[in-house]
Amino acid sequence: MEGLLEHPGYDGEKLRRVSEQLPCREVQAGMLLSLMGEPQQYCYPSLFIYGHRASGKSHVVNVLMKELELPHVTVSCVECVSSALLFEQVLLSFFGCDAASLLPRSPSLSDFVRIYKQRTSEFPSKQTRYIVMEQAELLRDASVNLLPALLRLQELDNVSVILLSEIVWDKFRPNTGCFEPLLLHFPDYSKAELLQILSAGRNPSYSAEFYSSYINILLGVFYTVCRDLRELQHLAALNFSKFCEPVAEGKETETHKLWKNIEPHLKKAMQTVYLREVSRSELSSGFALHVLPYYSKFLLIAAYLASYNPARTDKRFFVKHHGKIKKTNFLKKNEKTSNHLLGPKPFPLDRLLAIFYSVVDSRVAPTASIFSQISSLVTLQLLTLVSHDDQLDSPKYKCAVSLDFISAISRTVNFDIVKYLYDFL
Amino acid sequence: MSKRKAKDAHLPIGECISQVHQILRKRFCHQQLPVKPEGVEAQHKHLAELLKRTAVHGESNSVLIVGPRGAGKTMLLRSVLRELSQETEVQKNLLQVHLNGLLQTDDRIALKEITRQLQLENVVGDKVFGSFAENLTFLLDALKKGDRSSSRPVLFVLDEFDLFAQHKNQTLLYNLFDVSQSAQAPVAVVGLTCRLDVLELLEKRVKSRFSHRQMYLLSKLTFPQYLERIRDQLSLPDDFPDGKFAQEWNAAVTTLCEDKSAEEVLQRHFNSSTDFRSLHTLLMLCLSRVSVARPSITPTDLLDASRFCLADANANMLHGLSILELCLIIAMKHLNDVYEGEPFNLQMVHNEFKKFLQRKSNSMYNFEQPIIMKAFEHLQQLELIRPADGASAKTQREFQLMRLMLDHSQIMEALQKYPQCPTDVKQWATSAFA
Repeated sequence: MEGLLEHPGYDGEKLRRVSEQLPCREVQAGMLLSLMGEPQQYCYPSLFIYGHRASGKSHVVNVLMKELELPHVTVSCVECVSSALLFEQVLLSFFGCDAASLLPRSPSLSDFVRIYKQRTSEFPSKQTRYIVMEQAELLRDASVNLLPALLRLQELDNVSVILLSEIVWDKFRPNTGCFEPLLLHFPDYSKAELLQILSAGRNPSYSAEFYSSYINILLGVFYTVCRDLRELQHLAALNFSKFCEPVAEGKETETHKLWKNIEPHLKKAMQTVYLREVSRSELSSGFALHVLPYYSKFLLIAAYLASYNPARTDKRFFVKHHGKIKKTNFLKKNEKTSNHLLGPKPFPLDRLLAIFYSVVDSRVAPTASIFSQISSLVTLQLLTLVSHDDQLDSPKYKCAVSLDFISAISRTVNFDIVKYLYDFL
Repeated sequence: MSKRKAKDAHLPIGECISQVHQILRKRFCHQQLPVKPEGVEAQHKHLAELLKRTAVHGESNSVLIVGPRGAGKTMLLRSVLRELSQETEVQKNLLQVHLNGLLQTDDRIALKEITRQLQLENVVGDKVFGSFAENLTFLLDALKKGDRSSSRPVLFVLDEFDLFAQHKNQTLLYNLFDVSQSAQAPVAVVGLTCRLDVLELLEKRVKSRFSHRQMYLLSKLTFPQYLERIRDQLSLPDDFPDGKFAQEWNAAVTTLCEDKSAEEVLQRHFNSSTDFRSLHTLLMLCLSRVSVARPSITPTDLLDASRFCLADANANMLHGLSILELCLIIAMKHLNDVYEGEPFNLQMVHNEFKKFLQRKSNSMYNFEQPIIMKAFEHLQQLELIRPADGASAKTQREFQLMRLMLDHSQIMEALQKYPQCPTDVKQWATSAFA
């Protein structure tokens, strides 16, 4: 595989070092190199590289730039919250501090281009300069002109812009069009390639075969869910010690037993580690369960009932002598589908209060405290205010908690919520 | 004698290839001006005549060059200017101001740029002094003071003209056109735009001052002309250092253009677009494959480059999804089929997926809700699904309504190409009763 990269104009030794650092990406690196051409030749004005997360986009570009010592600047669009930062970074790394200090306080593109032009006429570079933009999808949120202007920078000088993104180019195109970049796709790693790359990071105290069998098991569990190399690397490093445990007692070759040992552990890791949460929902619900006052709990329950029950069924649930109403011929067709599938519906304040008075046992006066509790539930994001237009007159709310959460709440106040939910009749 | 000698010199093959790259890359990437613009002779003559009248006789003019992207508007203007600059009278007379709608995003910046490029007296070094109003009055005074006989004519080139029409009150355009209408300093205003409805963007007072002279650069290219253009673009010039190599290269290019399979490929590109830029992209891809080992462009190179150009990006992205994400997309497809394109939320997708799992005996895809949600969010991140309404923070994540940004055929094609796709998933995708 090695020595695949060949290009005139670059040092062979350097190229060898590049290809060592880029396992399974020789084809893409070669393609990129042939598009870039020799350092003093023109490169295509803009290259757009897309591919999934952790498919080696930045890595390949950065290794090429660093090892071949090309004049370049790598800009992360996450960091550049304003275009001023972007301009400063580009000027700084191409021409040094004094060029960047020429920029006025809030520079426009025009200022940037002027200074760039002036500097290049003073310090012409024989080599192509590269501006690498990572996470280029954020450029769409910047000012409208920035992306089309960047794509045309080549008109200034021998400069080439490389955009890296997860999102396809079709979603970038401005509506009056722009200079089209050359699209380059970095495909995902296949299972075998993942195995090869992951096995390279083995612990030296164990044999290569042993480690790759571990990786094989790991991929067997996680591959259907996750193809992200970085995520898999993290998981591999985390779970390896568990895998090695039986080996300390001395049975390295019994792969089947090792598999038996590790598999349930990995399945569990999927729930906890892969999702990066030590049951975050439990934490917040536990907080609310203990802290919420009595009436707030009932308000929340009333809000849940108002959100998930159709308004026509209120009479049936909350009026004492409602007579007989059957479920089947009572409702319209579209109300028959499960409300827990479609999500909460908005309801007016009056309906919330009516249900609240009906479900709470004691007599409650509609004091200011009740109303302030409603608005504090909104601040806690347990309720959401739907319409913005009239906040005082007839506000509408939605309940934003899950069924598990509300059942836990109602258990603390001895209220059987399932009996009142239309979906579970 | 020495010239002849240089022509016959034999360079080593590596040197030749490097030269080829140098010359052709300059042509494709840097948009080097061709020796003679093709296909636009009439427009070229018209524009040259117009600018010459401004430069020599001090006549004020305004013109708009309209054409789609990559039609050669800038090329036309630049080649006209190059031609004009060879005449000494024009050269010492004409002042040029180049503005770009992408860079000069409002009138204040544009005004400073004009002052700077005209080197007026309130410019010191590179800095321009004065407020917007001062700059404007100063500039207008300077232009007003002049007249046809004494002052030097100014050429204003407004690239991306439609963006200038978005400025507040269109002050700059109004003033430029006003100067060109009244007997003040002679100016020529040339706007370049890709919008056909550009006149509708102008205010009434601005529009009435514009001369309504428009040049359309619409390509009327036929396929044989297209082939001819490709040959021109690829062939090496006569002053190539190694004459023998240049001859061989040009012969190879000619045979390439006559090749049946290459012609088929080019026909496909011709049918999709005829502009210079897409052509340059294709040729650049071909050129990048030329090396010492393969010193000429073959039809297979062209075929590969074309395949590269026409690759479907969405299909490429679908190829890299995990099985779980693919299953979710199939579930969304079924929901779209059943409910005729209504937006869906995560709960509905999960429900659909659960229905599929129930019908299957082994439960290897039994995932918990949070894992499904993570996959769902990944799809959203890739913008394969998009929220149906903007308000994202308002609703819970699992109830947010989404739309699928893929169509039926893309999904089916992706499934065909998916490596080691489980058979039951494939069957589920094709079955109508989901």
